[in-house]
Amino acid sequence: MSAFISFFTLPLSHDFMQRGLVVALLVGTICAMLSCYLVLKGWSLMGDAVSHAVLPGIVLAFMTGLPLAVGAFAAGLGCALATGYLQAHSRVREDAVMGIVFSGLFALGLVLFVKVETDQHLNHILFGNMLGVQLGDVAETALIALPAMAFLLARRRDLMLYCFDPAHARAIGLRVGFLHYGLLVLLALTIVASLKAVGIILVIAMLIAPGAIGLIVTRRFGPMMIVAVLAATGSCLLGTLLSFHLDAATGPMIVVVQSLLFALLVVIRQVRLALAAG
Amino acid sequence: MNPPRLSATRPAIEVDGISVRYANGVTAIEDASFRLNPASICALVGVNGSGKSTLFKTLMGFIAPAKGAVTIAGETVAAALKSGLVAYVPQSEDVDWNFPVLVEDVVMMGRYGHMGFLRIAGAADRAAVDAALERVGMSALRHRQIGELSGGQKKRVFLARALAQGSQIILLDEPFTGVDARTETAIIDLLRAMRDEGRLILVSTHNLGSIPDFCDHVILFNRTVIAAGPTETTFTEANLIRAFGGVLRHVRIDGSDLHDDADARRVTVLTDDERPLVLYGERDREKVVAPERPKA
Repeated sequence: MSAFISFFTLPLSHDFMQRGLVVALLVGTICAMLSCYLVLKGWSLMGDAVSHAVLPGIVLAFMTGLPLAVGAFAAGLGCALATGYLQAHSRVREDAVMGIVFSGLFALGLVLFVKVETDQHLNHILFGNMLGVQLGDVAETALIALPAMAFLLARRRDLMLYCFDPAHARAIGLRVGFLHYGLLVLLALTIVASLKAVGIILVIAMLIAPGAIGLIVTRRFGPMMIVAVLAATGSCLLGTLLSFHLDAATGPMIVVVQSLLFALLVVIRQVRLALAAG
Repeated sequence: MNPPRLSATRPAIEVDGISVRYANGVTAIEDASFRLNPASICALVGVNGSGKSTLFKTLMGFIAPAKGAVTIAGETVAAALKSGLVAYVPQSEDVDWNFPVLVEDVVMMGRYGHMGFLRIAGAADRAAVDAALERVGMSALRHRQIGELSGGQKKRVFLARALAQGSQIILLDEPFTGVDARTETAIIDLLRAMRDEGRLILVSTHNLGSIPDFCDHVILFNRTVIAAGPTETTFTEANLIRAFGGVLRHVRIDGSDLHDDADARRVTVLTDDERPLVLYGERDREKVVAPERPKA
């Protein structure tokens, strides 16, 4: 029993573990809430695109002395808007346009990163450095994540309706453009908030898996979001603690736990369906 | 707060010389005009790519016409939408049936325009949803996820949403796709009852054979209005051929092949690969004969 308790208490006696866990829970929660909309809207690839596109923004912000978060946000949102514009003005399908835009921006980021001397580690930008976060980083993450959560909670029904039936949303006079771009801005903000903790590659998993888990477990939107948040925060907690005991990388460990949970739920569902079918 | 009833003395929809162009330069609609009165069911008929969906999008304010004007119940499109006057029933293919919403959740979406900032349902909203579900006979299935319904039940859920919204103008896109004949009759009965309460129902359909059954008016459309008016005088072989060109399947059986007498009437079958339209000639004019359907 004491071994079980110390599984939790031992890691949390360290300051860096406490800070890491707070950031992980913040990032996990906002990503999970947003992932419900991304999964239902068919925008999973959009999360992928915006997060890759953030890289040149970070390097350019460093070169011009702007806060890195500002550069990252601008580049991420720019990618989403450029995708929409190019798709409307060419015959190429959205997924192809998105693939070109985000890989182009990511490549530009890599070129700039190698050329320009920065104080950043590429590894940390790509995969995060959860246990290295400082109090200021925790505050910055909270400053973005908490208002984003408040917005999602307040407008959750309108956003859900927009994802389900945009024509009806417009027909009853909702401001569809506001909801569309609101969702994109929120996506870019969430990725910026997650940078320090999980990095731009692993945040993609955090933006897809919880919503997918919620979708296979429930049949109504409210419960879907609750399950997504529980699955994400549970994975963050377990992943962070496991990484301490196994001396493993924290961000990747969270993603591994979350992906295993998804796989497990799919298998359980298949087995139950097979049993029900007799 | 429900949207106002339509005034019987004023057109419900007035389209005045609209032209619609897309960003890529294609002209989808050229100088189209028509007016539709309350308490009627109007069919919008035309080939694929004739601009029918563009016309729907213009009526719902998704696209602003480059020329001309659309007036709904005497107001601009934006004002009419804001007051919840217009409801849209989407084509089945356009709906994600795996979406995690229950039947009652979809019907409640009709009430969002009447709710406050946080969209929290009040007693009036719940009563409207209950009444709408009861009216379309879906109360017993209200806790089903929408993917667990048959084709006709799915359609009825979205009609219930329009009823809960209290809309006086309802746009339906291909309402009979994936629906069996008995359900089609049930939906038509429901549409007729809604018309008799003063609503205008505009139906975009390929199902030529069902149009004489339930539509008072017809608009034949091909980038502009080819013909518009009461079904009896407008929905004729000549007009259909003008609107569709060679796209329709066209079978004609002359009187001499039908029977060995002096009766010269002939049977004409027109179809756009859905339920066919059958015309059987009378002494002096064509009469529209709807094929028999099983009663519900």
